[in-house]
Amino acid sequence: MDLKKNSVAAAIALATLYAGTAYAEGVVNIYTYRQPALIQPVLDAFTAETGIKTEVLFLDKGLEERVQSEGTNSPVDVIMTVDISRLTKAKEAGITQPLNDEIINANIPAEYRDPDGNWFGLTSRARVIYASKERVKDTAITYAELADPKWKGKICMRSGQHDYNLGLFSAAIAHWGPEKTEEWMKGLKANLGRKPDGGDRPQAGAIFAGECDIALGYTYYVGLMMTNDKEPQEKEWGNAINVIFPTFENGKTHVNVSGAALAKNAPNRDNAVKLLQFLASDEAQKLYAEKNFEYPVERGLEPSDVVKSFGTLNADTLPLADIAKFRKQASEMVDRVGLDDGPSS
Amino acid sequence: MPAEAGLPARGLALPVRRAHHPWLRMGALVVCAIVLLPVFSLAYVALSGTGEDWPHLVRNVLPGASVTTFGLLAMVAVGTTTIGVASAWMMVAYEFPFRRTLSWALVLPLAVPAYLAAYAFAEFFHFSGPVQTFYRSLFGFQSARDYWFPDIRSTAGCALVLSSVLYPYVYLTTRIVFLMQGRNIADVARTLGARPGRVFWRVLLPVARPAIVAGVALVLMETINDIGAAEYLGVRTLTVAVYQTWLARGSLEGGAQIALIMLLLVFAILGAEQWARSNQRFHTGRATHMKAHPPRVALKGLRGPLATLLVALPVLLGFGIPVFVFGQYAMRRLDQFASSELASAFFNTVMTASITAVLTVSLALFLLNAARLVRSTDVAVTVRLASIGYALPGGILGLGLLFVLARFDNTLDSFMRAYFDRSTGLLLMGSAAGIVIACTIRFLALAEGAIRSGLEKLPGRLDEAARSLGRTPTQSAVSVLLPLLAPAILTAAVLVFVDTAKELSATILLRPFGFSTLATHVYENASRSQPQDGAAAALVIIATALVPVLVLSRALARDREATL
Repeated sequence: MDLKKNSVAAAIALATLYAGTAYAEGVVNIYTYRQPALIQPVLDAFTAETGIKTEVLFLDKGLEERVQSEGTNSPVDVIMTVDISRLTKAKEAGITQPLNDEIINANIPAEYRDPDGNWFGLTSRARVIYASKERVKDTAITYAELADPKWKGKICMRSGQHDYNLGLFSAAIAHWGPEKTEEWMKGLKANLGRKPDGGDRPQAGAIFAGECDIALGYTYYVGLMMTNDKEPQEKEWGNAINVIFPTFENGKTHVNVSGAALAKNAPNRDNAVKLLQFLASDEAQKLYAEKNFEYPVERGLEPSDVVKSFGTLNADTLPLADIAKFRKQASEMVDRVGLDDGPSS
Repeated sequence: MPAEAGLPARGLALPVRRAHHPWLRMGALVVCAIVLLPVFSLAYVALSGTGEDWPHLVRNVLPGASVTTFGLLAMVAVGTTTIGVASAWMMVAYEFPFRRTLSWALVLPLAVPAYLAAYAFAEFFHFSGPVQTFYRSLFGFQSARDYWFPDIRSTAGCALVLSSVLYPYVYLTTRIVFLMQGRNIADVARTLGARPGRVFWRVLLPVARPAIVAGVALVLMETINDIGAAEYLGVRTLTVAVYQTWLARGSLEGGAQIALIMLLLVFAILGAEQWARSNQRFHTGRATHMKAHPPRVALKGLRGPLATLLVALPVLLGFGIPVFVFGQYAMRRLDQFASSELASAFFNTVMTASITAVLTVSLALFLLNAARLVRSTDVAVTVRLASIGYALPGGILGLGLLFVLARFDNTLDSFMRAYFDRSTGLLLMGSAAGIVIACTIRFLALAEGAIRSGLEKLPGRLDEAARSLGRTPTQSAVSVLLPLLAPAILTAAVLVFVDTAKELSATILLRPFGFSTLATHVYENASRSQPQDGAAAALVIIATALVPVLVLSRALARDREATL
């Protein structure tokens, strides 16, 4: 009796929940690590211009594994993600295919592209210092100075194992080598005001609360906080801080990207290429910049006024693909140093 | 079972002939094998690893993560036992204002997902939250450096969050025992002059021990598989280590290896539970006594309201704080409630959760019935094993299942192409069936645990009377046991429904295009660390889970009051 009930239930499950196929004409299927809310305005503009509909599936982990397992039956055309490490991971997982497109290559500078054309950076964000307007008088702080004992007990940051910090630490290894970076990380740990946790925005909240004087965070969060009409508290956080662009010895600031790749088995390849071309176009780049306060990767395009008010970004020109190589090393270093244990131990 | 038909009537004292039930046995083993597929698939991944990460993990990651995990488990065990048992005891032993309301309100925190509770607690006890703001205004402090305040972003804070939303498991299992079984022995103790406190410590608590342990075992499995609360609060448990090894250290094999070693921990918990249950098993002599009701002592004077406050506290923590925090966010986003996406997410959630609940409860009934009738150790052990999926973190279990489902889909597709010239594509991955399968596997332990507890409280020979009258084992189980198990079955169905409605990690990984549940909808609009923009969906999750929880509370209450 139970078995019969089970099979009926299973049949219902299959019949009623089958979401239908997404291989229709005039469609492009997207798997994304970015919140749909962030990319929807750009996708809507794409549909308005081309008539091609977009289907979006948001994943928070395991995107690469999913596409790998789906194999040749995979419905995905375009993979969108944040962070250079995920773009390189997609390439290594063999779920992307190279694309040599004149339009895209003309718009996106080489350091933001995979040398083989397997992925493209679309927007960039700088890993900067949030500094208390009230308590920090410095106008320039280098990355190296974050280990200076003068900041003891005054620095806040999110987990060192988060992609965003691993990106910065990988860049540090690329610039300084592993020994120097590990010494620096020990100094950074000693300077922490509290155990690393939360996202980038709560670090600004901690500065507002007086728990810390400076914090590591991405630029676009500051724009999002300052313009958050829904949460007045976040406006207070955003207005309590100044953005300082820290630099490596070459005088440049670490940036990371959000990007996209053409899926290896893309069933709607032509539409996918059109979408990628659109994402690299002036129109999409401007939309990204205005709505999300990110930096357009296309040269000559201006960021939004809010972002311009932070000062001028001098982005590091070290190719991102080179930085991504040190990610695992950076992650193990965070464990070894015990960065996430906070200042005490 | 035709072999059993036409058995001669027998005296009750004689044991019913042992049957081998080959089909039942085979069925149980096959179901268990299917349920364990994701675990096998993870084991395959783990074994394909080189183990090159282990020196690093052993030196720098696992010692700390183990200490944190054990500390967290210990604190949550103590927390949920204290809250769950104390409130169940207050409910059955004393009369105080709002007792009836609180008796169901105590179950409400079940509706709140731990990942949302963690966020709500962090906000509520944060510098700008109401608690610290009040504290500052009281003493005139200006900045966070002027005073000390306990940090919610700590192992203890995480234990508080998890205890506040998980104690209902202990409360539910314990209250039923206090209500069902306490009467006879408690009455005897009372007539011998024991005061209520003494009756509690010396009589009721030992009787309730198996139920308490069953509840705590569920709580501990939920604590082990939690990633949302621990990650958000910066508590680096073994589960966090699994994810970080997979995602940050780039080694899925290493993550799977840690996850499998964690399953050993789960075996220990299950073993302890089994031991506590078998060591002391009580069931009433007659089924009618199960609905008996011990008299309550009325608390006089200030003690009454004090009791009310005390029992209301866990509800305020586990339900009040999350609803307050997300309610505030939702108030600023009222337009979200009108979105058609929210409506379809709601529909999908109710559908998935209902189907999963029916499927899971049916499977649990089938497995327990098989274990009961076949009475061989291998079936009993296999059935216990089938529930370990619950202890795996949802995302990891989902990943193990993803490999299996995709392999199945692709194999079926190439078979169909080769022999029938038709493509079935991704049959399971392209539909929501994957979610139903994942949640069924994940939450089988819940249904199994709830129904097993109910089954153990029934006198052992109950259905044998029916069998002695010529019914087959299955017939007698259906006609005699099923009605008596109704409260346990309802409890099981509700627990599975609620947990499926809250499930995030496996759902987000296995769903097809265009299919959102309420839990995934929250995070499509908001990042993990900033769920304000998903506030409306978060509240709807809580409301959706609330309805069956209330139905359950009322049904259990009615069941009881009717026999007063």
